[in-house]
Amino acid sequence: MIALLIRDLRLAIRTGGGFGLGLAFFLIIAVLVPFGVGPDSAILGRIAPGILWVGALLSCLLSLDRIFALDFEDGSLDLLATAPIPLEGLVGVKAISHWLTTGLPLTLAAPVLGLLLSLPEDAYPWLIASLLIGTPALSFIGAFGASLTVGIKRGGLLLSLLVLPLYVPTLIFGAETIRRGAEGLATTTPLIMLGAITLGTLAVLPFAAAAAIRVNLR
Amino acid sequence: MELQVLDLGVIRGGVPILEGVSFTLAAGHVLLLRGPNGIGKTTLLRTIAGLQPALSGEVSLDPEAVAYAAHADGLKATLTVRENLVFWAQVYGTSDIAPALAAFELQPLIDRPAQNLSAGQKRRLGLARLLVTGRPLWVLDEPTVSLDTAAVAMFAAAVRAHCAAGGSALIATHIDLGLDSDTLDLAPFKAKAPAQDGFDEAFL
Repeated sequence: MIALLIRDLRLAIRTGGGFGLGLAFFLIIAVLVPFGVGPDSAILGRIAPGILWVGALLSCLLSLDRIFALDFEDGSLDLLATAPIPLEGLVGVKAISHWLTTGLPLTLAAPVLGLLLSLPEDAYPWLIASLLIGTPALSFIGAFGASLTVGIKRGGLLLSLLVLPLYVPTLIFGAETIRRGAEGLATTTPLIMLGAITLGTLAVLPFAAAAAIRVNLR
Repeated sequence: MELQVLDLGVIRGGVPILEGVSFTLAAGHVLLLRGPNGIGKTTLLRTIAGLQPALSGEVSLDPEAVAYAAHADGLKATLTVRENLVFWAQVYGTSDIAPALAAFELQPLIDRPAQNLSAGQKRRLGLARLLVTGRPLWVLDEPTVSLDTAAVAMFAAAVRAHCAAGGSALIATHIDLGLDSDTLDLAPFKAKAPAQDGFDEAFL
């Protein structure tokens, strides 16, 4: 399974792997919003947590359909399904490699983009913490959605529609953590909820996704 | 390792296409599957490889003993020949890719990205994957597509060596591989069209 993770990371950073796609999209959102909203730093500071989380979420969404579709198209998924790796483990590895190439870079880039949106100073630790805890859930929910739509030509639209409602709780608690952090309120509750969502998706969705892939390969 | 298939029925897209397929494949033997397009060769092979459930009947061998190779080679275009092969070797827990490279004469191409290989070279790389799986039963779907005569001979030699080492191979193909093999024609096993259930008549 380590071999699979290394292969996926290697594929992501090679030409056409789509490694920078999410990050570039995130950057574009954070740069364009101040132009659209205007230079009033009080307003920007207030909407910054939401903008950063929505940006992170949409950037994640952008690369979801690559998780299984590429392996399905070139026949690797059939071969991996007959290989001695359990499908649940395959889904887990795919979700982790998606997070390493999308969620983690987004988390690291977010503080810099927070500056552009005049995010209040106190909010930075919570920005990083909430993204670090919340984005794995985005990757695992996304892998589940991708497994449901694998085999459907141009399934990206369906995938987005399936996954977006499932992303809402993560978005709410993620942005709420930063907002409370910025105002100096207690952040424990939304942060724990965020962690609970992530752990829940980690525990359940690989099994659901593996079942979906088995059906889709028939 | 003996493969016994007993009274197997397979479905494709919800429609039964083969029924009552029975055969035995002993270790060291090759069985060729023949039959017209659409008869269900691929579906039968996928069922034996464990990719889809059987409608009826049973397959004696665990899918864990099967190395499956389909129409698509499962190669990653941006990885080199070596990286592709090493990846599969690691997945199957084997480490030595040298015999596989030698058997399909891939040594000169080893650092070339798979996207720069010709169709036949890709196919050779896809077949070389079988050698690193270390599994006893090869289930192959049209393995010789886009291979030239020399490469077909390479493939036949690899199958012969595999069988000499106690393995066996189940191959769907239309060409003569020059192997000492048995042949199973699937045409007689074609599933009968589902009987009209007479619903309309009963209703009217």
